[in-house]
This record gives sequence, C-alpha cells and structure tokens, in this order.
Amino acid sequence: MHKIEVRLKLHLPDPAGRGLVKDIQDLGINSVSDVRVVDVYWIDAYLAPEKAESIARELLADAVTQDYQIDTNTTAQDTTRGYKIVEVAYNAGVTDPVRDSVMKAIRDMGIINVRAVAIAKRYLIRGDVTQEELDKLSTRLLMNPIVQHVVDEELNQFPENPQYVFEYVKVPFLNASLDELEKARKQFGFSTQELEVILDYFRKVGRDPIDIELETLAQTWSEHCVHKTFKGKFNYDGTVVDNLLKSTIIKATNELNKPWCLSVFEDNAGVIEFDSHWALCFKVETHNHPSAVEPYGGASTGIGGVIRDPMGTGLGAKPIMNTDVFCFGLPDFPNADLPRGVLHPRRIFKGVRAGVADYANRMGIPTPNGAILFDNRYLGNPLVFCGTVGLMPKPMAKKGSHKPGDLVVVVGGKTGRDGIHGATFSSVQLDDKSHEVSYSAVQIGNPIVEKKMLDVLLQARDLGLYTQITDCGAGGLSSAVGEMGEETGARVNLDKVPLKYAGLTYSEIWISEAQERMVLAVPPENIAHLLKLFANEDVEAAVIGEFTDTKSLQLEYKNAMVCDLEMNFLHKGVPQIQMDAVWHQPRFDEPDFIAVDLEAELKSVLGSWNTCSKEWVIRQYDHEVQGSSVLKPLVGANNDGPGDAVIIRPILNSDMGAIIANGINTRYGDIDPYWMAASAIDEALRQVIAVGGNLKKLAVLDNFCWGSPKRPEVVGALIRAAEACHDMSLAYGVPFISGKDSLNNEFEYEGKLISIPHTLLISAIAVMDDVRKAVSMDLKSLGNLLYIIGMTGNDLGGSEYFAAHRAIGNNVPRVDAQQSRKAMESLSAATEKGLVRSCHDCSEGGLGVAVAEMAFAGGLGATIYLKNVPRTGPIYRNDYVLFSESNSRFIVEIEPEHDAQFRKAMGGVVMAQIGHVNQEEVLEVHGLMGDVVMRAPIHELKEAWQKPLRW
Amino acid sequence: MAKVNVLVLRGPGTNCDQETAFAFQQAGAVVSVCHINTLIRHERRLVDYQVLVIPGGFSYGDDIGAGKVLANELKLKLGEDIRLFVDNGGLILGICNGFQVMAKAGILPDIRQQTAPPLTLGTNDSGRFECRWVNLKVEKKSPCVFTQGVESMYLPVAHGEGKVITDMRGLRDINAALYYTDESGNVQAGYPDNPNGSMNNIAGVCDATGRIFALMPHPERHIRFQQHPHWTRKKAKEHGDGFIIFQNAVKFARTK
Repeated sequence: MHKIEVRLKLHLPDPAGRGLVKDIQDLGINSVSDVRVVDVYWIDAYLAPEKAESIARELLADAVTQDYQIDTNTTAQDTTRGYKIVEVAYNAGVTDPVRDSVMKAIRDMGIINVRAVAIAKRYLIRGDVTQEELDKLSTRLLMNPIVQHVVDEELNQFPENPQYVFEYVKVPFLNASLDELEKARKQFGFSTQELEVILDYFRKVGRDPIDIELETLAQTWSEHCVHKTFKGKFNYDGTVVDNLLKSTIIKATNELNKPWCLSVFEDNAGVIEFDSHWALCFKVETHNHPSAVEPYGGASTGIGGVIRDPMGTGLGAKPIMNTDVFCFGLPDFPNADLPRGVLHPRRIFKGVRAGVADYANRMGIPTPNGAILFDNRYLGNPLVFCGTVGLMPKPMAKKGSHKPGDLVVVVGGKTGRDGIHGATFSSVQLDDKSHEVSYSAVQIGNPIVEKKMLDVLLQARDLGLYTQITDCGAGGLSSAVGEMGEETGARVNLDKVPLKYAGLTYSEIWISEAQERMVLAVPPENIAHLLKLFANEDVEAAVIGEFTDTKSLQLEYKNAMVCDLEMNFLHKGVPQIQMDAVWHQPRFDEPDFIAVDLEAELKSVLGSWNTCSKEWVIRQYDHEVQGSSVLKPLVGANNDGPGDAVIIRPILNSDMGAIIANGINTRYGDIDPYWMAASAIDEALRQVIAVGGNLKKLAVLDNFCWGSPKRPEVVGALIRAAEACHDMSLAYGVPFISGKDSLNNEFEYEGKLISIPHTLLISAIAVMDDVRKAVSMDLKSLGNLLYIIGMTGNDLGGSEYFAAHRAIGNNVPRVDAQQSRKAMESLSAATEKGLVRSCHDCSEGGLGVAVAEMAFAGGLGATIYLKNVPRTGPIYRNDYVLFSESNSRFIVEIEPEHDAQFRKAMGGVVMAQIGHVNQEEVLEVHGLMGDVVMRAPIHELKEAWQKPLRW
Repeated sequence: MAKVNVLVLRGPGTNCDQETAFAFQQAGAVVSVCHINTLIRHERRLVDYQVLVIPGGFSYGDDIGAGKVLANELKLKLGEDIRLFVDNGGLILGICNGFQVMAKAGILPDIRQQTAPPLTLGTNDSGRFECRWVNLKVEKKSPCVFTQGVESMYLPVAHGEGKVITDMRGLRDINAALYYTDESGNVQAGYPDNPNGSMNNIAGVCDATGRIFALMPHPERHIRFQQHPHWTRKKAKEHGDGFIIFQNAVKFARTK
C-alpha cells in the first residue's frame, strides 16, 4: 500500500481553506487563523518507486500549483509547523466518485496492478483551538459520521468486505404467536390493517413468507411509493372523501381534458405538447429526510433522482432544466439553542446547495429557477424540492410497454448496500436518533455515472432498442421491476445484478437504492445491439431477467426461488386507510403597531431572509449550460434583479420557449390552507404572465409536504388545500399533470413535536410561442408610466410585513379567479402586442417590494402615488397599501406613446396608473393623503436586499 | 464551397457538446459529435477533420483536478494523433473544461515545445463555482485565428477552476489572446470583472500559430441575441457576440 499526499504549494493561498475559516467563525470559534486542505490518496498495490512517483507527479499533483509526498509521515512535519490535523474519509460502502476516476486514470497510465484506491481529506488547522473546539468543528463542519469517519492512520484503509453466505430467511407467519407477528409488523413497518391482509394472503397460498417478499411489500406499499394517505378514505367533519387525489386534483384535470396534455398522473412525470414534433415533461420531487441528516448526499441524490424521472418518462426524455426550492430554519438560529441531533440550518443550507449544484452542474443541466424559504419549524425537517423538465419527441411521450419474453435490463450504476430502506425511511417521522439509525438510507450521488448513462440511453431510445423504461428510485429494483411487470409478470435472477462489492444479501440486492440505475424492457432481438452500445461508452448494462405471462413477481437467487408474489396482490392489495379529518379556522391577534418610518420598514422587508436576494446561490448553479436561457434568474442592467419566471428555448434554432415558475407561501397556510393553495397557484401563474406567457398551454404540478396524517387537523388542512387545487385548476383552465406528496414531516425532540408548516409548492410550465416577446421586470426608461393591475385589499394576514412585526393576522389573501383570469388574459394580449416594457408580479412584500425591485434592477428611480391604487375594503394606512399581499396584481411599465393602446387592451380590468419612472435614482412614494412618505435612494434599497445572503 | 468538418469531442462528463455543435452548424460546418472511445478504437480518425473542439463540461467529474483525467487520457491514448493533427494544420478550440484539459495535457501553451512555460487553471480566488457574464477584450497582437476582427465580447463564464496560473516566463511568453475587462473595456484586476483571479486577467490563450486556442468563457452560449442578459433592454442584433469565434474558425479552415 502507498500513500500519496498532494497539497498546494506553500506560497499559494488556499481558497477552500479560506472558506472553511469563515465557516468555523460561524460556529463561534474565532481562534482559527488558517486552514489548508491536503488530498490524501491510498493506493492498494505494491508499486516500484518510479511508478508511484509518476502517479504522483503526472496524475495526482498539478505541476504548477501543487507539491506531493509519497509514503511520508507528514503528521510530525505539520505538527511542528503549528497545525492541528483532522483527516476525514468516507465510510466503507459510501460512494466516492473520485475513487473510480483515479483508478481509471492509473489504468490509462498502463499501471494495472492497483486493486483499489481510497481517498481522504486532511485538514491542517492553525490557531489556538482547544481539543473540544477541534471536536466541535470536526463533527459540525468537516465530517458527518453518517457517511464519514476520522481516519486512524494505524488502521488498514482497505478492509475486507464481509462475505455473505446464502441463507433462506422464512418469516414465521402461519403458526406464529401474536408477539412474533407484532415483531414482524414492526420490522417491516406495516400497519396492523396491512399485516392482516398479508397474513390472509399467505394463508391462502399456504406457506410462510420469505423476508424478501415482505420487504417487497413494505417498499411497494410505503407511503412514499403508493401515497396511501392521498388515496385514503376520510371522514371530514361528517362528509366522506374517498381518494382525495382522484376526487380533487385528478378530477379537475379530467374535466378540463386538454388535448395538449399527452400523459398525466400515470408516468414518472407529466407530459405536455411543445410543438408539432416535441413534448415537454416535468416532475418535482422531495428528498427531505435524507437531506436533514446528510445535506450534501441527501440533496445530491434528490436532484439525481428527479433527473431520472424525465429520463424514465414515456420512452425517455432529455433533461433540459432543473428547478430547486428549499425550506430551512433561519440561518441565524442561535447555535446554543440547537436541539440534539439537528444540524444547524446554515450547514444544512450550504450542504444542500452544494449537493444540488454539484450534481446538476456536472450533469450539464441548467438550474435557472427556484426559491428558498426560511421558518424555524423547518429546523429539524428541512424541505428539499428538486424538479426537472425534460424534452422528448412527441411520439415517445406515452408510457412504453413490453411483451412476455422481453428482457429485464438494468443499466447505469452498480448495486451496493447504499440507500437500503430509503422508501420506508422517508415515510417516518424524524427524531434525535435519526442520525444513528438511518445511516444506510443515505448515500452520495455520482453524477458522471448518470451522465454517461443518459448519453447512451438517448442513443438507444432513438434506435428503438427498448420498448419501456423506468428509473430505480425509492425501493430500488423492487419498485422498478415490480411496477413494470404489473400487468404481465416478471422473473429476475438476483445473481445477475452487477454489484459494487461482495457481501450483499438477496434482499439487499433487491431493495438497494443505489443511485444512477434504470430498468429497460428489451426485445431479445435487440439485446446484442443494446449491450454493445452501452459497452462502447463504458456504461454498465446487464440482463437480469425477463418479463413473463405469470402475473406474478418471481425472484431467484442461487438456483432457489426466493420470492413468488402475485402482481395483483402486490399492486392492488394495499388496504385503503381510513382517517378522520377536521379543520377549524384559527384566530390570531391582529397587530396594533404603528409604522413611523416607511423607508426603514421597506428595507426591513427587503432584507428579510425570505425576500432578500438569493444571488449567492443562483450564481453557483450553472444556469447557462445547454445555451437555452432566454430570460435568466437574474435580470436587469447589472444582472442582479429578481426575475419572475424563467424562459428557456429548448430547441436552439426555434423561437418557441418554455416558461417555468413556482408559487409557494407557507405563512398563509397557518391561517387557511385553502387560500394558501389558491395563492400559490395564482402566484405561479402570475409569474408566467409577467414574463410574457399566457394561460393557453400552461400546466401545473403539486407538491404537498405536510405533517403526520395521524392527526385529524393535519389531514383536514390537506383536504382544504387539495380542494383549492381543484377549484383553481378549473377556474383558470389550468390542469395539474403530475404531483407528489411527502407526509410525516415532523420532528420530535425532548418529547416536543415540531411539525413543519403546511407546505404546498406549485410548479408551473407554459409553452411560449415566441420568446422574442418576453418581458423582464427591470425598469427600462425615464418617463415611462407605471400601472398597477388588480385590486389591493387589507390582505396582510400571513404577510412578510406582519412577519417582520412578529404577527400573523387573519386577513389571508384570497383569489377571485374569474377577475384574475380576465386580467391575466388581457395582460398576455397586451404583451403579445409589444406594449409592455417591464412587468413584475406583486408577491411577498406587496407593491412596495415589487416597485423597489423593478427600480434597482433597472438602475432607475420611480415615483408612485398610493392614493391612485385601486383599493377595496378597509385599507387606510400607507404601510398597508404598500405591503398588502393581495393576489392577482402586477406592476407594469408602459411607454407614454403606448398608453392609449394599453388601456384599450386592458379594457374592463381593474387597474390604475400609479406613477412613472423618475429622473433621480430614488423611490419616491406619495401617501394616501398626497404627502411624500418616502424618498429612498435605490442603491440603499438594493443594498438592504442584497446584504443578508452575501456569504 | 469546401466542406469544413468539425469534430466535437465528448467523453464521460462532457456536457456542452450539443450547443457547441449547434454553433458550428450555424457557422456552416459539418459537425460530428464523437465519443473519445471511437478515436481510441480508431473507428474515427482525427485527420478526417479540420477542427477539433474540446467542449465544456466536467470530464470525469473533474475528479483529482478540473480536466485532469481526460487530459491524462488524451495525452497517453491520443497524444500522437493530436500532434499529427496539429502538424497537418488542424485547428483546436477548447472551451472551459476544454481549456483545462488542453493546459493539463500540454496542448497549450505549445504542443511542440517540451520546455514550454508552465500553464494551469487553478481554483477561483472566490473558492466557488460561479456562473456570470464577463466583458472580454481581444489582444490585438495575438495571432489567434478565432478572434480575428474582434475587439471585445460579452460572454458567460461558469466554472470553479478558471484561474490562469503561470510563472514570470509564462507571463512573458504565453500568447494571451483574451482578457477580462470592466464594462468600459479597461483591463483591471478587480473581482467580479475578473471572475477567478486569473494572472494578468487572462481569459484565453493560443499557441504561436494562432490555430490552437482555448478560453474559459463560453462563446457557444452567446450565439443568439436573446442569450444576452440585457436583450430586453437593447435593440435586436442578428447574432450574439460568441458567434464570430465559430465563423472565424470555419472561414479559416475553408480557405486553407
């Protein structure tokens, strides 16, 4: 074995180390003055000195910037230089993509006797730190015991994998005692009702189950895979709701029956028509629980997983865009108050951001859209929504099929012990032991394996070599093969699955959630061609079984049949759950504060965590790759204004575009989940309209993240939100095409239960006929007129402004969908005619924030008159007019010469001219009495908005 | 008109191949996007092409260092072929990861010279991957065939390891073809105008013949007017700033 260390030359600054010094200060440790990072490579081989030297010099070290040392004990040398040392490596079995690359490169050098490579990071820390502080910064920053460990130099870095001896595990059922049954129920996570059904099934077939059969049922019947709650039967204050999904969201989609909806609620993503040749698909998923315990790995596998959804939709789509929405605790949460077992929100934020960006950037998929929300109820249970848009030829939009005799082929990555029980883990509540028990549920992604797989899959698709495809997500092969073979039957030989290492049991092979794998149905006559295609580009592909006509799922291992389950029972057997649901309108105190300084109020709302600029995050995503961007996430004269929706051009030589937007506002849900959902939909649509889109070919996705369905009030809130989705979908004529829910987002510590706020993310996708008509939100020219569209009411309940005053209030913004739809359609028509110079929707922070953002994004001032704002109901305060969050409103900039035309186009819509673009770089606000109530320099407003997240 | 054949090389982790191919197609070339294995297995030959492009991406995940593993593979598996290609008058363009690969494989600053000055791309001074638009100025004295007739450009960068690092000799002898500037075209060292801390604000480098050129910014991401971040504030133009790089390459290869 050899050890090669690579470090930056002494005279060069270490940017990674410098970043760590800052992170260490965030932990409250101020004594660290310098950190340097050393890469350590362990090479399992006996190499001649010149070979080791050439690996170090030509491969591992950069001749210009780095030095290397081979088989040297550097600890003494670094200690003398005043450094404390922490060396961190991934645990055995955790994917470390770099290992494979190093192995490959060494083979390219003609050195073929290297058995394995292990990699560590060695942190050299200078400063007067105590051992206690060193431990703190190790565990809180440098390593996560779930996937990493501190390296002990004395130990062998290449431990042998434990061998596995095949043993057939029968679970006593038929003659089992109640205690034994209860033990089995808990082990596999079944409800009592489910256990009874399973018991009946095995009584009928007359034998005890094998463990893998129960594992398969547990995966397939998990909340994550089957959405039991949404399909359950509710007793909602006396009314029966039978299958919430079908009776609300899907019902509206069916009623709308849009011909351009090509595949809805039946595949891995929803599909709509783009043009006569192409279709777009869209899916948003969550990866919450893994991200809570290992933010980097959890988030990277979250995005990696959702990217495979479009790849596994229809006959496969090319991923062309990502959108990411995160919910965290407040970044300034006091370290000392952090509950045990919870990572600090700042660390979760940074880890999640890095995990998502590293994966998406490496995949070459732009990430131009997203949102980040902060609320301390997300402290122990952050939310990580990842979404991907895909592009496919229109004839490939429908789900594929297979015939008995077609082969089951797994492609992409190999299978390891990673991610065992991910599906069941994501469906249970977190507690302060989650860190210890869930280690095997969390994994690190390997984007290059997924990219290589994607490159070949698209070729195989276009050659027509496979007839059906799905991804391996939660539940691994168990879910993927189980779902594909539902109508026919399938037989898989588990010995044939390519493994990362020996020692996996047959159950582990079957339910492993190792990433970057997909399953194909391949007609036997195509198999040679398909395998060659994958081999050409060094991508794993293996035939593991075939589809049958037995209508059962059969698994073989070492010549024994280890599983034989009827497909019908597997997929239709799960009993419908019954739940009680109730909802009562809560009452909150109405605040009674008085606003003295409107400029200070505006700055405080602009600088709140939710409203402030997210540029620090956005710039670390590649939002330009694929060359498709038309309207970017950051717009305006200095590329730093907050764009509404994003527009991409999927086909580079076409002028058609796709608009993607999202709506989310959890605070409204504290008052009424119905209006929260309605508002989220209105917000997503507003953003699409603001950039020049229209409602004609616009589809939405839902993502519900809720607390435990065991509590009737949680379920009641879910029903109200789903009802709003139904009502708004019909009123706007906008169908839902796909969705997802994640329940049990609660966190228990010290006996106290913290539930996340009801969180509904609405993601919108719209087709735009001509991207050259797009409108950005930055003010364009002096003297232009400013209009507000829509009615402003006393709708400050759940607003950003009330939150800044620590209040919630009760007047939640409602949606008058009929009025709103008319306004949106008129505005789309005006934009289509080229009458709109800029447009921004009023969302968090209301019209005050909207106008301020338009002004500083354009580098121009604005004068507005609050008395001109069309108002309804009791709203008499300047601050309330400025910060009310009434829905369905836009601020629009018009050139004076287009004024008459614009008014004509908007005929019948509530709107008013509220001001103009002024000569000075100042936001001037005239109050309801006509007096000047604010004159704020726009660069100061921008500074207030940019400062919080300038990390 | 003579056909110009362009080979866009892809490997594991390459991800800007499609838009790069599009840019060359728009410029009138016939483009093949080829996996590196097809060259290694001699299923295709470099000599059949006039232009070789190493596009952007994260080849092999940028593991070890950006572009390092692909550079190692190119050098060891295709080194001779590339030298022959260059001797025959071929053009090589490296964009972003392509620049990192070319520097680390010794294709730049001078593939012919064993003792060429050192050149590498290091971690950005900010320590972060950043995607932002930058102003660029073309070195007037540069022999670079790709930037002929261009004075300045506005292009996006998207990288974490784009800092040009060399030594005193390199600063004197390396052919800098492109510099980061501020909005008014002044070469000044400030962040974020110079997004990565590159020495002498160098954004692109060519060899002595001007036929081998690599840059960190992405010209293929500014082919159409609507890719410009301020296009909604401007009068429409036919092409984006990056297009001329591809036109120049095709024109040069055609007349040769």
